[in-house]
Amino acid sequence: MSGRFFGAAVTRLEDARLLAGKGQYVDDIDLPGMLHAAFVRASFAHGRIRSIDTGDALAMPGVVAIYTMADFADIAHGPMPPMAPHPLLKTPITYHPLADTEIRHVGEAIAIVLADNRANAEDAAAAVTLDIEYLPAVSDAALACEANSPKTHSQHASNIAATMKAGFGDCAGVFAKADHVLTEHFDIHRGGCHSMECRGVVANIDLLTDALTISTSSQSPYMVRRHLAAYLKRDENDIRVMTPDVGGGFGPKANVYAEEFAVTLAVIKSRRPVKWIEDRQEHFVATTQQRGQTWTLDVAFDNDGRMRAIRGRCIHDNGAYAPYGLILPATALASFPGPYALEALDLSIDVVLTNLVPTSPVRGACRPNVAFLLERLADRVARHLGMDRQEVRRRSFVRADQMPYTTGIKARDGSPISYDSGDYVGALNLVLDKIDATNFEARRNETKRRGKLRGLGIASCVEDTGLGPFEGASVRVTPAGKVIIATGASSQGQGHRTAFAQIAADALGVELEDVTVETADTAKFPLGISTIASRIAVTAGSSVQLAAHKVRAKAIAFASHQLEVGEHDLELDGGAVHVKGIPDMKIKLSEIARTLAGNTGVPLPGDMEPDLAATAYFNSNALTFAYGANACEVEVDPETGDVSVVRYVVVHDCGRLINPLIVDGQIRGGVVHGIGNALFERMIYDEEGQPLTTTYGDYLLPMAFEMPRIEIHHMETPSPRNPIGVKGAGEGGTIPAAACVISAVEDALGPDGPFIALHPISPQHVVTWLDGN
Amino acid sequence: MKAPPFQYHRPQTREELGALLARLDNAKILAGGQSLMPMMNLRVIAPDHLIDINRVANLAGIREAVDGIEIGAMTRQADVLASDLVKSRLPLLTRALEHVGHIQTRARGTIGGSCCHLDPSAEQPAMCAALDAEFVVVGPGGRRVIPAGEWFEGLLQSALGEQEFLEVIRFKPWADGHGYGFAEYARRHGDFAIAGAAALLEAGRDGRITLAALLSFGVEAAPKRLSEAERTLIGQHVDSLNIKPVIAAASALDAMEDVHVTADYRRHLAGVLIRRALNEACTTMRRPS
Amino acid sequence: MTEHSVTFTLNGERREARVDPRIHLGDFLRHSLGLTGTHLGCEHGVCGACTVIVNGAPVRSCLMLAVQIDGTVVETVESLGKPGALSPLQQAFATNHGLQCGFCTSGMLMTLEAYLRTTPAPTEQDVRIAISGNICRCTGYEGIVQAALDTASAKASRT
Repeated sequence: MSGRFFGAAVTRLEDARLLAGKGQYVDDIDLPGMLHAAFVRASFAHGRIRSIDTGDALAMPGVVAIYTMADFADIAHGPMPPMAPHPLLKTPITYHPLADTEIRHVGEAIAIVLADNRANAEDAAAAVTLDIEYLPAVSDAALACEANSPKTHSQHASNIAATMKAGFGDCAGVFAKADHVLTEHFDIHRGGCHSMECRGVVANIDLLTDALTISTSSQSPYMVRRHLAAYLKRDENDIRVMTPDVGGGFGPKANVYAEEFAVTLAVIKSRRPVKWIEDRQEHFVATTQQRGQTWTLDVAFDNDGRMRAIRGRCIHDNGAYAPYGLILPATALASFPGPYALEALDLSIDVVLTNLVPTSPVRGACRPNVAFLLERLADRVARHLGMDRQEVRRRSFVRADQMPYTTGIKARDGSPISYDSGDYVGALNLVLDKIDATNFEARRNETKRRGKLRGLGIASCVEDTGLGPFEGASVRVTPAGKVIIATGASSQGQGHRTAFAQIAADALGVELEDVTVETADTAKFPLGISTIASRIAVTAGSSVQLAAHKVRAKAIAFASHQLEVGEHDLELDGGAVHVKGIPDMKIKLSEIARTLAGNTGVPLPGDMEPDLAATAYFNSNALTFAYGANACEVEVDPETGDVSVVRYVVVHDCGRLINPLIVDGQIRGGVVHGIGNALFERMIYDEEGQPLTTTYGDYLLPMAFEMPRIEIHHMETPSPRNPIGVKGAGEGGTIPAAACVISAVEDALGPDGPFIALHPISPQHVVTWLDGN
Repeated sequence: MKAPPFQYHRPQTREELGALLARLDNAKILAGGQSLMPMMNLRVIAPDHLIDINRVANLAGIREAVDGIEIGAMTRQADVLASDLVKSRLPLLTRALEHVGHIQTRARGTIGGSCCHLDPSAEQPAMCAALDAEFVVVGPGGRRVIPAGEWFEGLLQSALGEQEFLEVIRFKPWADGHGYGFAEYARRHGDFAIAGAAALLEAGRDGRITLAALLSFGVEAAPKRLSEAERTLIGQHVDSLNIKPVIAAASALDAMEDVHVTADYRRHLAGVLIRRALNEACTTMRRPS
Repeated sequence: MTEHSVTFTLNGERREARVDPRIHLGDFLRHSLGLTGTHLGCEHGVCGACTVIVNGAPVRSCLMLAVQIDGTVVETVESLGKPGALSPLQQAFATNHGLQCGFCTSGMLMTLEAYLRTTPAPTEQDVRIAISGNICRCTGYEGIVQAALDTASAKASRT
């Protein structure tokens, strides 16, 4: 699979518009008569609403309406439909569009204020008076498991929403026979996603037909339409959802949110267009977060360093609602055993409700958590045996000759997970070579002479990508000879338009500039799932290829008929179908498109189907597995505890690269996100569930000065599981990064230092560890 | 995150400014706005009146006066950082300003604004304390001069009266060739420091310390001169300083704790940083020949 | 609240407007003047997405009131190149993949535009410090840094 454009590092078609400030984000939409919404939000983590007094607020300047859930009773009622129902969740644990009676976390929306501008709406929101019966809250998932803990949902008997299990093999048997067993406790802290554009919705109603049009900064516009239609008991056809330019997603924007429903309900009530733009304060308390988990794991291994089995349990901090069902714990379980060829596994996860912001996947979902656990355990085993860390991995990894390799774990659909292709040991060897691990001790000594401690970290990962069921695309050639691709896949900056254009341009023999890609408008393409889980290159990319090939075949059939030349003697190039070796004997695509668009009373040649267009869906029935090996070096200031990542090398295999520039960008951004998770980003709540780090002065995102250059090397093992041979690349940078950095810090602290089983770590941790406390 | 409503005032002269301060209740002065505006947008504060002093004549500027350097309250941090006069006569201030915020915040932020807001980690008021600066304020009763030692009244609390404004900050430069050192630790470049320190030294021809200033900031609620420790340095030779009392003094401060770090860690940093600042001061010192 | 008149130069054009004093410059540019290229990422002065140039200096437009631009010269991302004719800095962003979602991009561009005017030959470390007040969640910063370095060196080799 290669062509003029597929595989080339072409600059992005998206860029010129975005660079010139001509992007169209949701807050850039301005509709005549539009009202601006602000939400009244809970300032406490748990309580029961006795009454809401909007009287004073309604009288304030510019205020048009204030709605509570009760005001929507004639349109809709009850909790929102679950995004991902799961049999273990007997009753969905979802929000109401606005709080019904019980408030379960700081930031939960209680009322919506509509005013002539946002400032006035905020003034009024602050003037709404709430009469609340305060209830005890729980913010620590471990405490929430205790019988006498306050209940996040007061009608529940327990905060444990579900217990999920996974495993394979004879775990007890392997543990009984293994040479060694170690137990470790891990603590992975909660963080946020922090796309630079917060969420936002602009909704409008057609006053004649009542049809709804919604622009939302979402990864899942089709899910918004589906669930909204179900909730409003309307046909999907009456609701158009589109995503304009989206300023980053990173997972949380894949949810269907209460605000999307509340704004739409407010539009139906007020019959006015309404805009709501989430501000950064709201983002900290109303957009889903992730990563908070504690694990206790036993690992069984032999004297030769081979890891044989893992067992243990996890307490998963779910937050107050489960809008996305059990997708996070399910992903955690499915991410074992990573690159390790374990004989047995036995895991259990308690999904625990807390009075905190709900969780849903943030870049990598639970894969970074699992990479952290597995890689830390591998380092721990090496340390216990006095063996090289890489040697433990070489002996424990799935080998290239074992591919395809069935791990023993079942996918969400119950099918066995099988790694399709890859060379995990090869990737590890390559990354060690690229970072020059052989000469690391010399660098360590040089650093020591400067009074600092240097450490080398390594971490590998396997990532399931291309999650099903499908995405689709239509490819159409216009009578002007331009190619229009429409797909349900939404974009948040990944460069989909460029990648899809590369695929289609190769298939149709046109220039990139001739291709226009329309993404995620339910009026332009009928179906879509979500841009999540590193799935779009596989699903939508393959669909574009399939559809473009159908169009190509049709163009060739047409030309064959018109030129009276066999189809095998025709090829596409320069916007035309021409006879091989005779470039002048050709028919332009524009001419074919014009003819197939039909003329009154003129039959189509060869009785062909109208329109030079085709639609295709790629059913991604089997996951395809990307993988990577990372190595990094850190310098630790032993006095301040400061950790600086000074080198970072990635070896990554995501199959065929559609566009290396874009793939490298995905990896770099992902790594930096992981470094943030390792060293900086910590969402802190007090015991009462009050968030304490709700500004960018307190919640530390990684910035340019502290980040290293990231060196990337690709291995290209084509995926056998889709027509274009690709694997996903959206999260492979993030997944092993925190593990890699922590591994390096531990190495820097030396053999007398602690085993580091948490992140993020702080300088204070480092100083304490060096003090030997 | 839109600021609550307020009345906006833009005086052009000191007199107009003074009159507004005397007349208006619940008023805030808007200087560079780099701390005030976030608090307004976050609705942490809601003044009824905002008095924008950016157009008040002659409140900005750096000049050499008879007995030192004067920096107008409304002088932008970027201008202080770029000033050759400051760099040559108050090198500690230049050194510290490299750590103040970012290119965008220094373009608007003012030295006077920072000294009135008094974030405990703010470098500029801290350097004023190290340099024994004087704050010239104007109020209903006319001008008064407040020495740095009396300026800091507590967390975010200066000695500036309700109806007063800060006009100028006066610095007495140390002797040519004096040693200056600065150290701070922040998680990211330009962040408010977890803790910081500064040191100033003068020595005689014999290399013995004649004058010393030592300061920790970001540790207690206000910048703290380590006066006892300063005295222990006097008479010591710059090449063989006994710095133990200095570190001990910093490590004994009544350190704050917050959601990020413990008091113990802050105290530990205070010790590390005062040593680094002092070492740097020894290095930068040019001995009289 | 009383509205105030402001007169200023915006992207080379003299403009007059009446503003509610509580409206910050970012909202004024975006919603009163329709220049939506300037983006608001945090509105508390940390993320840098809203950076514009006022009187030659990069400033955070969320921390400046619209009423304060009276008499100033304001430049926004719209003053740089157009989609068909990007400025060298914009083009270098594209070449080095210095943007993904594009949301932080105008703030990055305006910060670096102002910075490179006064610092023609920065080191990598200089550039990283210059954008230390701008958050990008997508790129990991490397493409942005390289774009600034390339722009500076290309300009140096032309002169």
